[in-house]
Amino acid sequence: MNLTLRVWRQAGPDAPGRFETYEAKGISEDSSFLEMLDTVNEELVAEGEEPIEFMHDCREGICGTCGLMINGRAHGPELGTATCQLHMRTYSDGDELVIEPFRAAGFPIIKDLVVGRSAFDRIIEAGGYVTVDTGSAPDANLTPVPKETADLAMDAAACIGCGACVAACPNGAAQLFTSAKISQLNVLPQGQPERYQRTLGMVEVMEEHFGSCTNMGECEAACPKGISIDFIAMMNKDYRKATFAGRKAG
Amino acid sequence: MTTMQTTAPARSSRTPFLVELYRSALGKKYVMAITGLIFMGYVLAHMLGNLKLYQGAEEFNTYADFLRRLLYPIMPESATLNLMRVVLVIALVLHVVAAAQLTAMNRKARPERYRSKRDFVAADFAARTMRWTGVIVLLFVIYHLADFTWGWVNPAPEGASIYERVVASFQVPAISAFYLVANLALGVHLYHGVWSLFQSMGWVSRRFNHWRRMLAVGFTVVVIGGNLSFPIAVLTGIID
Repeated sequence: MNLTLRVWRQAGPDAPGRFETYEAKGISEDSSFLEMLDTVNEELVAEGEEPIEFMHDCREGICGTCGLMINGRAHGPELGTATCQLHMRTYSDGDELVIEPFRAAGFPIIKDLVVGRSAFDRIIEAGGYVTVDTGSAPDANLTPVPKETADLAMDAAACIGCGACVAACPNGAAQLFTSAKISQLNVLPQGQPERYQRTLGMVEVMEEHFGSCTNMGECEAACPKGISIDFIAMMNKDYRKATFAGRKAG
Repeated sequence: MTTMQTTAPARSSRTPFLVELYRSALGKKYVMAITGLIFMGYVLAHMLGNLKLYQGAEEFNTYADFLRRLLYPIMPESATLNLMRVVLVIALVLHVVAAAQLTAMNRKARPERYRSKRDFVAADFAARTMRWTGVIVLLFVIYHLADFTWGWVNPAPEGASIYERVVASFQVPAISAFYLVANLALGVHLYHGVWSLFQSMGWVSRRFNHWRRMLAVGFTVVVIGGNLSFPIAVLTGIID
């Protein structure tokens, strides 16, 4: 299949960007979206041009490194799919694809389609962990966890931190990411000691980098792991409790 | 890693809880939701009370008088009504100011807009037009007060009863049209707002989650359906 690509090219963080048009010829419909870009890049390199920089790593949909805005949708049109798991059979011969980087103040463009997502690391640093004693590992099943709770925590822990929620959000908000990272610990017994401190800390850092939630649900639709916006409501509830508790502690 | 605290970070004990909450965007969303709940109670009561239009002038004017004498003689005449007005005005100011601050924050969060056209999946028309439907409703409320409460722009003669004012106003097609458009805007605003406030308030439970959208639709249909019927009833002569 042959496709026309309009790709955002930007030489560096402060350089002006623009769309460039490329023809992707003879693409197999069994190739992934990233393999299609690889093919285009090989031609660019052969012609002595700069290849298109894009983010990728595992190409198995589990690492959260890849991420493109394809025709106005984060990770493209398939639900529950990261860009690397999007296959060219989704498209038809002759389609035009507009490819942009994820755009948000918290995700500065580094080059072409590559953005910096260190703001997510700042949020994790503010409380996305549990503090445990060093030493020998505790016995398994020492802390009983109900099945439903374990499942809920696992649903939140499915977040791969790709940033599609921020990219898709009309407000550039990181509520889905942050709430998943808070909830995966806050619902478990192991997360209780630092529950409120975690919530306050992570929300505060989130708001330094990203926008605010208007409950549109666009993040949930873009999430390759189908994380529910229920976690956002759970975060809001914990934040209210944490603020109240914080005052009493002060 | 720095040393861990096991309690929440110490905060100034002099900062009241609500002020502390309002400092964050999440807290501002609580303000949007709580003031939204106040408005929901108000628009429902307003619509139900106005159904008395169908019972005729005497019933309707008696109802207006009842509102002025609410809780009288425990409270001075009109005091309860004015107290409710003060609450509504404070809620309105908070709702608008918080919305403006959050909008400014969101603009800053995406300084570079997408160049290609967005293909929205979940963000519906109502959710994406909240600030515009909100502005339409706000302008309408000002006009509505000038029409019926203060009487500045009401076409009825001086000293007319509230029932006569309502009928005189809605007999003007342009006024009725503005009223209908503003109520449709309010309906769109409620459709998203009533659902959204559950998220903002952190009211989430797998047992009742699926009722949230139904409640939003039901509430919107009841309130807006009632409101839309008044000018239509006047224009078609059911109320005169």
